[in-house]
Amino acid sequence: MSEAERVAAAAAPRRISYREALREALRDALSRDERVFLMGEDVGRYGGCFGVSRGLLEEFGPERIRDTPLSESAFVGAGIGAALGGMRPIVEIMTVNFSLLALDQIVNTAAALLHMSGGQLAVPLVIRMTTGAGRQLAAQHSHSLEGWYAHIPGLKVLAPATHEDARGMLWTALEDPDPVLLFEHGALYNVEGELAADAGPVPIDRAAVRRPGRDVSLIAYGGTLAKALAAADALTGEGISAEVIDLRTLRPLDTETILASVARTHRAVVVDEGWRSGSLSAEVAARIAEGAFYELDAPVERVCSAEVPMPYAKHLEEVALPQAPRIVEAVRRALGAGA
Amino acid sequence: MPSLGADMEAGTLVEWRVAPGQAVRRGDIVALVDTDKAVIEVEIWEDGIVEELLVPPGRKVPVGTPLARLRGASEAAPAPAAPARATAAVSMAPPEPAPPSAPPLAPARVSPAPAAPPAPPAPLAAEAPAARVRVTPLARRVARALGVDLAALHGTGPGGAIVRADVERAAAPAPAAAARPPAAAAASPVAGPAERAAGLRRATAAAMARSKREIPHYYLGTRIDLSRALAWLAAENAQRPVAERLLPAALLLRAVALAAREVAEMNGFWLEGEFRPATAVHLGVGISLRSGGLVAPALRDADRKPLAVLMRELGDLVRRTRAGVLRSSEFGEATLTVTNLGDQGVETVHGVIQPPQVALVGFGRIAEQPWAEHGLLGVRPLVHASLAADHRASDGHRGGRFLTAVDRLLQEPEKL
Repeated sequence: MSEAERVAAAAAPRRISYREALREALRDALSRDERVFLMGEDVGRYGGCFGVSRGLLEEFGPERIRDTPLSESAFVGAGIGAALGGMRPIVEIMTVNFSLLALDQIVNTAAALLHMSGGQLAVPLVIRMTTGAGRQLAAQHSHSLEGWYAHIPGLKVLAPATHEDARGMLWTALEDPDPVLLFEHGALYNVEGELAADAGPVPIDRAAVRRPGRDVSLIAYGGTLAKALAAADALTGEGISAEVIDLRTLRPLDTETILASVARTHRAVVVDEGWRSGSLSAEVAARIAEGAFYELDAPVERVCSAEVPMPYAKHLEEVALPQAPRIVEAVRRALGAGA
Repeated sequence: MPSLGADMEAGTLVEWRVAPGQAVRRGDIVALVDTDKAVIEVEIWEDGIVEELLVPPGRKVPVGTPLARLRGASEAAPAPAAPARATAAVSMAPPEPAPPSAPPLAPARVSPAPAAPPAPPAPLAAEAPAARVRVTPLARRVARALGVDLAALHGTGPGGAIVRADVERAAAPAPAAAARPPAAAAASPVAGPAERAAGLRRATAAAMARSKREIPHYYLGTRIDLSRALAWLAAENAQRPVAERLLPAALLLRAVALAAREVAEMNGFWLEGEFRPATAVHLGVGISLRSGGLVAPALRDADRKPLAVLMRELGDLVRRTRAGVLRSSEFGEATLTVTNLGDQGVETVHGVIQPPQVALVGFGRIAEQPWAEHGLLGVRPLVHASLAADHRASDGHRGGRFLTAVDRLLQEPEKL
């Protein structure tokens, strides 16, 4: 292979899984900065409960890829301590439901310490965790609680929905002086997609228009982005042009991008895998009502999960979750008979 | 197809509100019908069970066409006569008669003023609580920018809301029907605002021409001192919450309604060569549409309702008229019409009677004027009250008594 061919091959987009994109981000961060280390349950010898850190123990050694006991409160607390001590820890919590055991550390300590110390102690900690349902893991392992964390001042909350963001958000998060939570939707790990050869860090302060459209704004994030895009495809057949917004960052919300989109389309459907009551979708809908009221040509619609503990049975789980056909129905409602 | 106005020849069935097999009771709303003027909710006049719907939504049929077959509650099978009675058989007969069994009904009132479109009786709409029109915020904003009257529009958005597209369609030049996308047109057989305005003008033209052709009008007028009425009103309103305050228009309507009970020759219809007094007083109230034109739906039983109720219903009626949603019983049933052009600064109204009614009462603006009493000159708030009456049904003597009664009633506002 000539030098030119080698460069061209390296520059061509690759087809990789979401999991591999995350692993590349970890490898990149561990390589860039010696202060970065990964710790969590089974991240080392087992390669991560979802296989994200497979191979990293061999590559970076047990000092930097650390298995922890089954004690979320303890190892998140240790991560906070390490961050205060000058390190750049990445803490992996297996799933968001287990993060409830570390709520005190996250909400009371990590999020509040800068304030409580009079601005002296920033906590540059990144916590990764899996969120969401869709894999028949039943009521205790299928939550979408990222909206809860998005409620907390002092935290940044990210939801990479694309391979590019899976690859690029981690480093930007590590550079942030404050605690950042990264929510990886469990249904995405195996999804393959194209990633540019030169993919690297991405900004984490803006939502993205994933698909421009004219008639309605579908506002989604994380695990619901693909469903919103599928709905937008289906709507094309009815002559309806849907714009799809990927929130990307759940806190702070990029209100400007949301409102600009609604100002173009005049209708909004918010898609959120969280339960509707008190959800992130409620926050988005409220901001639209506050900031784009006079642009609205229809009530804001929401497509959320059924307000039940997530069923185990596959067919029940499917109907409990937001799905593309329900998004399509919501769009039709928003467009009314005049569409 | 009921006649919802003296000159209505046909109507479009917009929507059924009942299905075969469904039991209905007198007064139930069974269908929506689009006349040239408005979309009207058609009430049924008999109890029974809907046996068959004969006209599908979207079809325009002549007045008198059976819309549905109704089986009486006790009947086992449809009687031969059923189709005739079955439709919400409002039987207002354009020129020629109605079935004798049905009560005569007045057509929609149309403007008595040939030159300028009359104003509503009073600016009441703002406080009225009922029948809010759904308009999206964007549609409202665009309507303001384009100067489109929302009240004349029909919503095609979620839940029937008026959306931007409806406003833009209304703002589009001339042929509104052509501008409407075919899909929307198919979905809604309702006439567009431009068609409706034109239809309303035609209907007004026909009714007024018929009135001047057939009815020998005589005219009477008098000035009425309103100082007692207005003083009483001010004192009364001081004790009422803002939303429940009364306007002078309510007093005037109430006085007319009570006077109509006293002088029965003013209240009723000229039908088949004779005067038929009405048994109730349903006052037609001239309401101008912002899109132009005027209709006069009925304020039912105005002589039997306390002022506060009358006031509330008046506001409701104005709002629903402008929204284009009236009930059939309101649309065609006025027994006497009142038009109030005071808002326009007019002093005197010489009205044109709405056939087959036999009288029209007009009020001008209330203004302070010199007034002599007991040899002293003073300044009083006065209103010109006028009466246009059908000389076939009454004479000037009775008309004079009627106007005098209105005056007398207004001098004792506390009894209204």
